[in-house]
Amino acid sequence: MKNINNSEAVAPPSGAGGAVSRRSFLRSSAIAGGGLMLSFSWFSSAQAAEKVEALNLADQWSELAAYIKITPDNVVKILVPNPEFGQNVMTSLPMMVAEELDCDWKNVVVEMSTHDNVKYGMQFTGGSNSVRMYWKPLRNAGAAARQMLIEAAAQTWGVSATEITTKAGVLSHSSGKTAKYGEMAAKAATLPVPKDVKLKAPKDFSIVRNSKKNTEGLKVVIGKPLFGMDYRVDGMLIAMIQHPPAFGLKLKSFDATAAKKMPGIKDVFSFKLYEDGFEQAGFDTRTFNEMIAIVGNSTWEVMNARKKINAQWEAAGDTKDLVNGRAGKKEVTVPGRLETTSKQLEMMAEFANGRQSTKPAQQLRKDGDPETAFKNAAQIIERTYNAPFLAHNTMEPMNFFAHVEADKALVAGPVQAPGWMEPSLTKLLNLPADKIEIQMTRMGGGFGRRAYAQYAYEAARISQKMKAPIKLIYTREDDMTYGIYRPMYTATYRAALDANKNLIGFHVIGGGIPENPVHANRFPAGAVDNYLAEGWEIPSNITIGAFRAPRSNFNAAAEQSFLDEVAEAMGKDPIAFRLDLLKRAKENPVGKNNDYDANRYIGVLELLKEKSGWGKPENAGKKRGVAAYFCHASYAGHVVDMVMRDGQPYVESVTSAVDCGVVVNPDAARNMVQGAVVDGIGQSFYGALTHKDGVPEQNNFHNYRMIRHNEAPKKIDVHFVENDIDPTGLGEPPFPPVFGAVANALFKTTGKRYYNQPFMSEQPNAKS
Amino acid sequence: MAKYSLKINGKTQQVDVDPSTPILWVLRDHLNMPGTKFGCGMAQCGACTIHLDGNATRSCVLPISAIGKSVITTIEGLSADASHPVQKAWLEHDVAQCGYCQGGQIMSAAALLKSNPKPTDEDIDNAMSGNICRCGTYLRIKEAIKTAAKK
Ligand code: FES
Ligand code: FES
Repeated sequence: MKNINNSEAVAPPSGAGGAVSRRSFLRSSAIAGGGLMLSFSWFSSAQAAEKVEALNLADQWSELAAYIKITPDNVVKILVPNPEFGQNVMTSLPMMVAEELDCDWKNVVVEMSTHDNVKYGMQFTGGSNSVRMYWKPLRNAGAAARQMLIEAAAQTWGVSATEITTKAGVLSHSSGKTAKYGEMAAKAATLPVPKDVKLKAPKDFSIVRNSKKNTEGLKVVIGKPLFGMDYRVDGMLIAMIQHPPAFGLKLKSFDATAAKKMPGIKDVFSFKLYEDGFEQAGFDTRTFNEMIAIVGNSTWEVMNARKKINAQWEAAGDTKDLVNGRAGKKEVTVPGRLETTSKQLEMMAEFANGRQSTKPAQQLRKDGDPETAFKNAAQIIERTYNAPFLAHNTMEPMNFFAHVEADKALVAGPVQAPGWMEPSLTKLLNLPADKIEIQMTRMGGGFGRRAYAQYAYEAARISQKMKAPIKLIYTREDDMTYGIYRPMYTATYRAALDANKNLIGFHVIGGGIPENPVHANRFPAGAVDNYLAEGWEIPSNITIGAFRAPRSNFNAAAEQSFLDEVAEAMGKDPIAFRLDLLKRAKENPVGKNNDYDANRYIGVLELLKEKSGWGKPENAGKKRGVAAYFCHASYAGHVVDMVMRDGQPYVESVTSAVDCGVVVNPDAARNMVQGAVVDGIGQSFYGALTHKDGVPEQNNFHNYRMIRHNEAPKKIDVHFVENDIDPTGLGEPPFPPVFGAVANALFKTTGKRYYNQPFMSEQPNAKS
Repeated sequence: MAKYSLKINGKTQQVDVDPSTPILWVLRDHLNMPGTKFGCGMAQCGACTIHLDGNATRSCVLPISAIGKSVITTIEGLSADASHPVQKAWLEHDVAQCGYCQGGQIMSAAALLKSNPKPTDEDIDNAMSGNICRCGTYLRIKEAIKTAAKK
């Protein structure tokens, strides 16, 4: 049986041309070129390990559609196009295929696909998009393969395809004839892939919406190699980098004589990430352009040799980057100043209050006549909120494998957006795209950080110089002090109340280093007659990147605390107040471009109210905070119950409500929401990355506080709005409202409002 | 460099490394046993947790010269088929998100249950708070430990 390539794939994902893959056979050859790969297996399933390993030897696969292969003995292999970073796509995406294929989940094995945008689509993990963007393409692929199996059986049996039904991997004809999928797979693979297929109605789902265990769970608990850190080939060297100790410094000179003499060391050299004039794509973040590489036989030897390097650093001054991002091609000036957190706060304060500021802000949206509303107000409430830089601190530090040869390259490791790094790699290495193979390992966390693959470019540069396979490893300190942080933000909110305590005007002015967080068209835009949103930015050499729910993770904290205070001033219950505003936005919206669906927002708040027993007498003694937020395309809210424990506020239990459309894998989805809640409590209580003269003041977990077991809530009850809306994403939306709910619970617990994150290092201000 | 003979997961293994080399890197680089993870390198995160004579130990700060006759167990040696009650409980509760911390969490949990078969919530917090989970799976870890304790 041949591995027939039927990749005229069914309704390929956007961007995919459906052409025969350029690279579908590259993997094995590239591995052979890069040395024998040791102990790294790409298969996973919920089955026993030996059985899965045995499948590695099977070359009996018939490929039915781009993501599906079946053996004669009925094993169904489903390729997962998107990289896995803990959001469980290695399970949820195959479930979507298996649902429409109508196969037996017990016979499914899954495999991370190699990178091939043509065959597999965008292959991007981020923006809470994996399930959302593959919902149709993967189900189409499953349905098409099922149709091909039916057609093969119809031809074999000489009957009409319409008389054949399928169930759990078995084809049945009304005459009583049956065949397992495996028996028909080879023939099916020779048939054309149908263009139009009918998908199941949600009421007929039998795999989707039924919890399935993590297909890689077994490998995780027995310590199998899965992660980039674990990637290894024969003859591979270990590399580390030394980057400047401060943002705004660059390499002046270095003496590596002693380092090179250390045992196991192959070379020490400086290298440039980008050549002068390199045109950076939007995600080619550059923190430092020239670094020192240390390459040797083993990690410990390289770590020790690095300490012997005598490097001199000097001020980089203002520098320029040529960036070709979403906003088109432009030259960006990166200021050279060495930043200190107290000074950053002073700079931001100059902007923070739009009325007194001498610095201009950009108007982002204006409805009605906010100036007059504020002039005529009987009461104005004004509050300012601050949040620091945050380091992503993925549990697995950055790392990447690279083997660059004269005419081809293999790179492998943890990366969220392989498709974005490919064009830049072709330029950096001067190789065509079809000579660069990108393999995606499981990521030990991403949270946005691994959308910026500069560490993969560094690995490629180092391998190119060494003419050898290398694995670049960051230590925790390298990782935490390299930048690409969540930006530092501030925002001032103002509300105008009339004499009857009606909300007649709303104003937000926000900004950050170096990014403006304001989402001008989000709630409460659309619910207030007179509304103004403004934003500003302060450029910086401290690099930033997407961090789980970018901008939303700050906006939700600030806006949802502010609304709590406004409700209090109006004498309203915080949920009732939000529902009133949303009702207005639903029935008679102000303005046109409101991003959110007021109905779904209301649905989440009502579910949250019901499930938390909000306002019920039995909960009267609880110190509770509530917040709900819309971001990406989903809606989420939390009620946080806080107590004082040993003199410290502690979140004891949380009730969560989420509308993300159809929930593909409910138990895993609950896990992700619980994780988002823990993450939100941890970041809002403790998270902060500060600077002194450009040097990050935190560099490892002894001085960057992470939430730990004893600080996590005892209980997090997660509830989903049940509907048949196509999935709208879950990785990020539950995260931002945690911050607001925590802030509001802090007020109830301590009697003080918290405006500055991280909350546990703030001296809380009584309201001004 | 110096030669060492180590008892790991019931087998004796020879390595020739610098005496200061932490066991974490001996396992990962020299013995090709990458189940034990690198997270911080300074005993702050627990990703590298192994058992040294049955006690949970951070292998990133444990030089090979300090091992002597002690017996090492790694996640690979807890059981290769997930038959250990803690591994089973982890699968039952589908604990993992990214999974990177979980080998260390499991090793800490297994050592806890060995010395304290019926831990209270407070015992669990005390034994486990050295293990960070960036993905926030703490609730499921606690549930899984309680399930394993019943077996
Ligand atoms: S790597 Fe050893 S405790 Fe973090
Ligand atoms: S599961 Fe990701 S760090 Fe614990």
